[in-house]
Amino acid sequence: MTSPAPSVVPAPPSPPNALFEYLLRLGDDRLILGHRLSEWCGHAPILEEDIALANVALDLLGQATILLRMAGEVEGQGRNEDALAYFREAIEFRNCQLVELPKGDFGFTIARQFLFDVYDVVLLDALTASTNTELAAIAAKSLKEARYHVRHSGEWMLKLGDGTDESHRRVQTALDSLWRFTAELFAADPVDAELAAAGIVPDLASLKPKWASLVREVLDRATLTSPADTPRLAGARGGRTGAHTEHLGHLLAEMQIVARSHPGATW
Amino acid sequence: MIRTLGAGARDEILAVLDTVMDPEVPVLSVRELGIVRDVLVDDRGGVTVVVTPTYSGCPAIQVIERDILSALANAGFEDAKVRTTYSPPWTTDWIPETARAKLKAYGIAPPGRSDHDTSLVQLMRARQSPPCPYCDSRDTEIRSEFGSTACKSVCWCRSCRQPFEEFKAI
Repeated sequence: MTSPAPSVVPAPPSPPNALFEYLLRLGDDRLILGHRLSEWCGHAPILEEDIALANVALDLLGQATILLRMAGEVEGQGRNEDALAYFREAIEFRNCQLVELPKGDFGFTIARQFLFDVYDVVLLDALTASTNTELAAIAAKSLKEARYHVRHSGEWMLKLGDGTDESHRRVQTALDSLWRFTAELFAADPVDAELAAAGIVPDLASLKPKWASLVREVLDRATLTSPADTPRLAGARGGRTGAHTEHLGHLLAEMQIVARSHPGATW
Repeated sequence: MIRTLGAGARDEILAVLDTVMDPEVPVLSVRELGIVRDVLVDDRGGVTVVVTPTYSGCPAIQVIERDILSALANAGFEDAKVRTTYSPPWTTDWIPETARAKLKAYGIAPPGRSDHDTSLVQLMRARQSPPCPYCDSRDTEIRSEFGSTACKSVCWCRSCRQPFEEFKAI
């Protein structure tokens, strides 16, 4: 037989520290989405909304700080939250792709926020039962904030969906293009499996029905159509293992440049 | 100077903390706000003040820690430390009645009872707007649940036609 054997892509080695990986996922989702929201500061359609988006961004950045600090402690290599936020490359980030997409128009920002906020309350609610008491405490605190976030984005979904033809069209278009990125939120991998077995994190698949029914309830009231789920390809990689869209690199360039140009600077 | 901390040290420290005001709501002390969770004095006289942040991203927390340390240093507790805890999570239910009256006099509607119904089913339930801190009218509306600081929402009184802030329940 002369033809070479078909190449086999080896499975990625299981990471040395699942909890560290998981904390990066939680922290990076918040860091990157918080940065995207902060891009609206000074540009939102009305003043109240400008303030609201900045407030939500601040909550997410605060949660990211706490989670990345814990990640650094768990890793034990002397990296603090700033080292993790400002001195990692795109392939080392573990956020889902949903949060790194450019902010788009206001309808896109709200639709993305709503899909994430519902995921966030469902996930945090489950994490309050974590056997890791530190993670459970952070989840309980963050959940209180997330409940304000989802009410904010949910009310906007109602206003935009059941508003004018133009607002309806824009938010429906946003939903249609965002939907395929939600599959990643519930795709469990060996990191999730290892931690779920220890009772540290919930079984991701069990969260999907709760998320779907809460999302659908609001979309129905907003006269919006829930897009159909697209099956996730076997072996598909995503942000959780460092496979990102091109957009993350551009975001990081802006977010990290000051810290990298002036390492250790204080003022 | 090395102070020997006696049994009364803890009360003395609490009295100092009563004088440290929140930088964003300067009518309330850090104790009235409920962010001072404990004061620990160890056998060697080491003082640790345990605090919890209001919101995860509250930018005032660093200023508050600095203010606590400097007030304690001025009172002779030079080597005090501040430690942060996240459990139990901060709730506005810890703000006592006397402090609520101060908030109202300052023009901020005090928080209602925090929502203990944490079922996800009630996620989108609308919140009732607070009475106006100026004219006590209940004919008010919430303009935005996010205000000038993380802990406040923006409201409007239809009776006296005044905008006002509410310390939102959490």
